[in-house]
Amino acid sequence: MSVPQTGVAGVFRGDVGGFRLDAEFKLEPTGITALSGPSGAGKTTLLRCIAGLTRLAGRLVVGGEVWQDADRFLAPHRRPVGVVFQEASLLAHLSVRGNLLYGAKRAGGEGGLDDTVELLGLAPLMGRGVGALSGGERQRVALGRALLTRPKLLLLDEPISSLDAAAKAEILPYLERLHRTLAIPALYISHDAGEIARLADHLLLMKDGKVTPGGAVRRVVADLSGVSDAERDGLARAAIRAGLQPEA
Amino acid sequence: MGEVVLTTLRLAGLTTVLLLILATPIAWWLSTRRAWWKEVVAAVTTLPIILPPSVLGFYLLVALAPQSPLMSLLHPFGVRTLAFTFEGLVIGSMVYSLPFAVQPIRNAFEAMGGRPMEAAATLRASPLDAFLTVALPQARRGFLTAAILVFAHTIGEFGVVLMIGGAIPGKTEVISTKIYQLVEGLQYGDAHRLAAGVVVFSFAALLAMLLIDRGWDRGLN
Repeated sequence: MSVPQTGVAGVFRGDVGGFRLDAEFKLEPTGITALSGPSGAGKTTLLRCIAGLTRLAGRLVVGGEVWQDADRFLAPHRRPVGVVFQEASLLAHLSVRGNLLYGAKRAGGEGGLDDTVELLGLAPLMGRGVGALSGGERQRVALGRALLTRPKLLLLDEPISSLDAAAKAEILPYLERLHRTLAIPALYISHDAGEIARLADHLLLMKDGKVTPGGAVRRVVADLSGVSDAERDGLARAAIRAGLQPEA
Repeated sequence: MGEVVLTTLRLAGLTTVLLLILATPIAWWLSTRRAWWKEVVAAVTTLPIILPPSVLGFYLLVALAPQSPLMSLLHPFGVRTLAFTFEGLVIGSMVYSLPFAVQPIRNAFEAMGGRPMEAAATLRASPLDAFLTVALPQARRGFLTAAILVFAHTIGEFGVVLMIGGAIPGKTEVISTKIYQLVEGLQYGDAHRLAAGVVVFSFAALLAMLLIDRGWDRGLN
């Protein structure tokens, strides 16, 4: 198998606690790829394999670099990957600034802090302890912290699914801004068709540990500027239910 | 009497420092393994809580005596015996208080869970780096509890220090053995002073622990 020089290509096979993962997938060099599918399909397991947090046999190439194959397994801390977990998982003993800089320092410097703070509107939060943040604020910090490690791949595991409607509405514009400026591939796990329609460029579907390509979201939901959010969500849901067949 | 207090504080301080260093890897290992047999190790480290101090003291005395296999390993280094020495007392106190160090630290690591370590790994921290900069600071309450319990428990021990130390004045005589000796000699006045000192100190130590715990609770929420 040749090493693709751009984008992400991976395959993972194996058992984790009685669950069988048999996933082969590709990500485009830029843009957000949504990973959707029923609960228990293996989405989080796949994301953990990509980050190196779960070790299964397989192969993973990111931007021409082999992160894992038969005789190589890059430890999680050696993978230039940014991860946002479903619960923000901020480091409770550090301030917002401390959390943002924890990874940045280890990834080569604090450069980019101002831009990230600006992008995610974090300036008013900087001096606070993480215990005093709302759910949406916590996820923004988690996202900023991940971006500051200069990742070559961004992984987001349902980053806003546990937020209430108001917090979602508050954070979505930031994610859309991120989407416009992001120069690396991102994998975004989500159940929510409306979220996928707003944020994703491509779609992967997952079921019973297997991945099937879902094609380009934009083809289905791009030219919907005239319709309401609710209608767009409905359309996106219908499209995803129908399987969003790969482009012909 | 000042000498006895000094010996006691030296013993308690040294035991606390060495035991926290020893207990940290044990507690980490216990909190991160899933195998059932790790509880065998946990039970062994907890044993000193329920064993009679005389049983513990007896075995320690046997192990630290000149003819024991353990001591024969140290003979080439010029150490013949640790029985009835201050060093022997430190070792005995460490064994005696081991559960009081391991338990709170293990609980703190377990309360933290695996997620902060995973988050640190995705932020490029190596396992050792993450342990030092995430696990240790997040488990600081466990360390504080362990330190205070071990220090106070060492000051309170009697049976073990009597058996392996022999209460040699200026060397292995500590407050608890001194009180016993004073009472035997009917010197109730001195016994009262020392005993009251231990009660006040122990109360202050526990109160400090609870207050600091409470303060940290507020700080985090």
